[in-house]
Amino acid sequence: MDWQAIALTARLAALVAVILLVISLPLAHWLTFSRRRWTFLVESIVSLPLVLPPTVLGFYLLMAMGTRSPLGRWWTESTGHPLAFTFEGLVIASVLYSLPFAVQPVAAAFAQIDPSLREASATLGASGFRTFARVTLPLSIEGVIAGLVLSFAHTVGEFGVVLMVGGNLPGITRTVSISIYDHVQALEYQQANQTALVLLAFSMLVLMAVYGLRRRPWAAAPIA
Amino acid sequence: MRRFVLLVAVVAIAAAESRFTRVSAQTRTLTVAAASDLQAAMPEVVKGFEREAKATVTVSFGSSGNFFAQIQNGAPYDVFLSADIDYPRRLVASGHADTSSLYQYATGRIVLWTRKDSGVDISGGLRSLTGAQVMRIAIANPKYAPYGRAAEAALRYEKIYDAVHGKLVLGENISQTAQLVDSGNATVGIIALSVAAGPTLRAHGTFVEIPAATHPPIDQAAVIISASARKPLAREFLAYLKRPQVSEHLHKFGFAAGR
Repeated sequence: MDWQAIALTARLAALVAVILLVISLPLAHWLTFSRRRWTFLVESIVSLPLVLPPTVLGFYLLMAMGTRSPLGRWWTESTGHPLAFTFEGLVIASVLYSLPFAVQPVAAAFAQIDPSLREASATLGASGFRTFARVTLPLSIEGVIAGLVLSFAHTVGEFGVVLMVGGNLPGITRTVSISIYDHVQALEYQQANQTALVLLAFSMLVLMAVYGLRRRPWAAAPIA
Repeated sequence: MRRFVLLVAVVAIAAAESRFTRVSAQTRTLTVAAASDLQAAMPEVVKGFEREAKATVTVSFGSSGNFFAQIQNGAPYDVFLSADIDYPRRLVASGHADTSSLYQYATGRIVLWTRKDSGVDISGGLRSLTGAQVMRIAIANPKYAPYGRAAEAALRYEKIYDAVHGKLVLGENISQTAQLVDSGNATVGIIALSVAAGPTLRAHGTFVEIPAATHPPIDQAAVIISASARKPLAREFLAYLKRPQVSEHLHKFGFAAGR
């Protein structure tokens, strides 16, 4: 069992989930409530990683991080090493890769809130932020948790992007999925199987948590 | 009505399918699984054989380890061109490939490669890797990639493995390893001469050959898959590979002759 890879993956996924929570709240809020005409454009960009194969994202990231791109050159000059093959590089790649999984559940939950509740809060003199913190967020907490859990889980399951920009460094970029792939490649099917089973059990637990949450067994009575 | 439409669609697809299979059974086709170090050299070999044998050859490029696992699980390839000789031997031993077909078609060579604009002087060979300018060195994964094993052996032979170990990043196969360097993410890479000699990398970078004495030979072998339904054509293809002009062509693309 590759515990080092499991620990690394957990650290990566937790960090990515937290970063995505911070990003997704304002972003989903803007996407749901803004009246601007071009929100659909931003919505499309946010959802791109859902559609694009990880190889495309991985390829673009590899190009962007390399010394042939201004961004890559700037990073290498200011930090002394390239962004690829580092933990920070993986964090950035994973945030992009899992973005829709964080934003979409939150935006869906925001959209379901009865507009009159937010309007009432505003007419009673609450500021925009206060309305968000006291009305919008509490009413959509399930969507927020779902976004958090899904972005964590999706990062755990990431493979193609990590393969392309990670460089397979133990303890730094060798995640669980890469470790399993390595074992399969080296024909070490038993080790691959062990680690894969852990991942399988974990994924099942996460999905059970998400769907269990959606059923809200603790709700006393249906609101409608 | 909707059911009727569905029925018509299914029948139409089935008819088209059976017609397609009949056509492809008449033409002579061959499916080849080839190690990714052959990517640059293969097209011309295939074209020559197709013209001569009046056959169609489909080539899938990938890592030898992947093909090995797929063939063990019944992948429908006729011929396997591995980047080493160990995988074909094991396929023969397990009955997945024909013993008599095992043929060593080439020997791989490794080179030190860097982009022209990397600003690193690699003329000193492997010893230049210890310099401070070299931040990251890409090699194929020694755990399963034949070229990776050769790279590691050469670094150990030069007694610099421990010194550069922290700089190593691993590619999944030799083409991907080349990408890591060509994209400017790794400073230098130890890659196959056959990849460095390809048109793209030749234009982008420079390379220094690593002496063959520094690592065990990268013997590359071909086998015919036991489950193949097109063995006569597969044998013709292997016979074609043995022609002097094909060895010459492979030599031009960075392979030494098979031993």
